[in-house]
Amino acid sequence: MKQKKRINMAFYVMTVPMAVLFFCFHTFPFLQGVFYSFTDWKGYGNWKFVGLRNYLHIFQDKNVISAYLFTFQFAICATILVNVLSLLLACALNAKIKCKNFLKAVFFLPYMLGTLIISYVFKYIFSNIIPLFGKALGIAALSKNILGTNHAWIGVLVVTVWQSMAFNTLIYLSGLQTVDRDLYEAAALDGATGMKRFFKITFPLIAPFFTINMVLSGKNFLMAFDQFIAMTNGGPGTATTTISVLIYKKGFSGGQFAYQSANAVLLFIVVVLISVFQLRVLERREEKVN
Amino acid sequence: MEDVRVRRLKREKTNWALTLLLFFIAILFIFGPLYMTVVIAVKSPQEMGNVLALPKSIQWSNFSKAWEMTDYPRKFANTLFITVVNLVFTVFTNAMASYAIARNRKKSKFFNFLYYYFISAMFIPFNVLMLPLVNEANKFHIDNVIGITFLYIVFGLPMNTFLYTGYIKSIPEALDEAAVIDGASPIQTFILIMFPMLKPMTATVAILSVMWTWNDFLMPLVLLSDKSQQTLQLAQYIFQGQFNTQYNLAFASYLLVLLPVLIFYVLCQKWIISGVVTGAVKQ
Repeated sequence: MKQKKRINMAFYVMTVPMAVLFFCFHTFPFLQGVFYSFTDWKGYGNWKFVGLRNYLHIFQDKNVISAYLFTFQFAICATILVNVLSLLLACALNAKIKCKNFLKAVFFLPYMLGTLIISYVFKYIFSNIIPLFGKALGIAALSKNILGTNHAWIGVLVVTVWQSMAFNTLIYLSGLQTVDRDLYEAAALDGATGMKRFFKITFPLIAPFFTINMVLSGKNFLMAFDQFIAMTNGGPGTATTTISVLIYKKGFSGGQFAYQSANAVLLFIVVVLISVFQLRVLERREEKVN
Repeated sequence: MEDVRVRRLKREKTNWALTLLLFFIAILFIFGPLYMTVVIAVKSPQEMGNVLALPKSIQWSNFSKAWEMTDYPRKFANTLFITVVNLVFTVFTNAMASYAIARNRKKSKFFNFLYYYFISAMFIPFNVLMLPLVNEANKFHIDNVIGITFLYIVFGLPMNTFLYTGYIKSIPEALDEAAVIDGASPIQTFILIMFPMLKPMTATVAILSVMWTWNDFLMPLVLLSDKSQQTLQLAQYIFQGQFNTQYNLAFASYLLVLLPVLIFYVLCQKWIISGVVTGAVKQ
């Protein structure tokens, strides 16, 4: 028994240096952030412990609260839209169509392109192209640049959905391809077609892929940063300031290092809770179905 | 939902209406914005009155101006360095660490701990640790291209450990034992036997790493303040002010950044798609 337990030194050589580096540059800054969240450090100069003061202030800070509410609103809308639309698109791509591989490749293309640049391109579309069509067609709602109005977030939502659909569609499509077509034949004999077949047969079978997509997209949208910096820079005013944008703007240049560290810790807790919650709920539902 | 005729499975009819609809959506939503990007990039400012029309002649000078303005060769070299060096080191070091962890998890609490340590770090988003990290990076003087490459290698570890250990589990341990009996050390076993067998998962890790480093914006934004160290994505952000309303230059510059990715995608499209699917489904 004892001999079996002995582990060759070489295995330690293979992992320990990486683990040490990981601790120094990932875990250590994380712990440091937690530590500073209990102080009043501005990012320079002296500091002292202030206990839970930063956290108490966060819950009364209008900027922080509105950033959280806005981020949740954005993340929920984006998650639902992306998943519904990519599921539809994946079903269409899974049907008997011509040029299937070509279309699949085309719809996956947005995944490859940097979010920042895509956002700049769409910013131009929203500010110059769509108002042109809006005026030509006489639709008032489309005649002005949406990014300058109170509905700016819808513009960012469109870009986010446009890009995220690529990945989600691909995952749903690979899920749909695992479904045995004989099942459909059997279902048809029992009279299940169309919507009924989708909800009773197809959807339960691709439930694991639904879980992957929900968890990954939910987490990504809570972190949304690039598209907001590029399209609205958090504005107009602070209307589209997400949590990440707030931490970046105030943490680095606002002299709020400790305060925004507390905000970051809170964000971490929120992300963990939501991810765990999603996994629990979705997996339980999967089990029920199977 | 999808309109599959079930009656004759083998001789399903092609759904032409759906094919047409999908082509229509693809042209409008995918090729449309791309077409607009290209057209604006090759136009002169005078021709912007009719934005979507084709230009009379192609203004190559847009590209050369954007090239000089953003110092494209330098930024390209930086981005390429980060992407390639990160790729080589990530694949090798992360696979090696995962191999050691996967094979010793059951025998040793230490390796089991490392496994959970790395995996649980997947829950820590970059935004959460970026404030202290930037301070630390300034102290260690790693706020440059080489430093950020090093950070990418370290930060990829949680995700890649997860992907690799899952895959290594499916490879029979008898293979390693046979190598040990033949007198191979663990490192030799890894390099000569394991690493070649990990090829499918390595493809996935490689694709995800490349896409991450090439398109990442936040990490360069907070770490690379020196102009000579900046990446292509970051340069687009920095030069927004200077592009101002010179849309032709801005779009020429975007196109110069998108082009390498587009070429890469056209050439390795199948490989990329299957790599991404494997990565996601294994999660």
